[in-house]
Amino acid sequence: MDFKTPLARARGLGSAKSGVEHWWAQRWTALALVPLTVWFVISVIAHIGADHTAAVAWIGNPVTAVLLTLLIAAVFHHGQLGLQVVIEDYVHDERWKLVSLFAVKGAAIVLAVAGILAVLRIATGGVTPGVGA
Amino acid sequence: MQSDNRPLSPHVQIYKPQLTSSLSILHRLTGIAMVVGTLLLVWWLIAAAAGPEAFAVVQGFVDGWFGRLLLFGWTFALLYHLGNGVRHLVWDAGWGFELTSVYASGWIVVGGSIGLTIVAWIIGYAVRGA
Repeated sequence: MDFKTPLARARGLGSAKSGVEHWWAQRWTALALVPLTVWFVISVIAHIGADHTAAVAWIGNPVTAVLLTLLIAAVFHHGQLGLQVVIEDYVHDERWKLVSLFAVKGAAIVLAVAGILAVLRIATGGVTPGVGA
Repeated sequence: MQSDNRPLSPHVQIYKPQLTSSLSILHRLTGIAMVVGTLLLVWWLIAAAAGPEAFAVVQGFVDGWFGRLLLFGWTFALLYHLGNGVRHLVWDAGWGFELTSVYASGWIVVGGSIGLTIVAWIIGYAVRGA
């Protein structure tokens, strides 16, 4: 038996008014991260012990820069969605829940933008490679 | 929201630990651990963009025993979360729900992630040459 009105069924939303977007975003970011993280792990292993010159050359490569940017965007989107669920499960005080959700979302945006700008600065030739100390 | 003397559902330690529940909990823990790990990734990228001196500081941290310990933990966390994440995506597609399949895929993820972590570090030390 279905107690929903035809309009409610057509809209497909429960009392929370949202939810399926979160579920889908978690899935498509997960799917994107499968090849991206495999590429990332292999690349990191291949560059162990690299000095600044080698690291800048790798990050500045156009293919690397594109994949790193996508990786950062997907990682912080996926991580934020995951932490949101953990917070909603375990933080029961409404005020603290709201504060922690804002903090996590804000930190994810700040870190993602900072990481992507660092990649772009290197990729656009704004960093002089050096051998390091 | 808090009311006294209301019946509580049993706490987690009442239940017998099972592979299914343990892997589910581990999926969350490894996810949280990797969020912490993204701080190192961003630090590393910013340092590379800042210059050789800042980059050398990160490399020094990563190369120390504490940095290596963190990286080893994050290697396992990533490979486990990746493997178990694929397991979840397969479930989302509607496959592998039989109890035998759930246990088989669970053990494959456990063995695969531990094995690949060790392989990754053996290759890593070979690349580094020390």
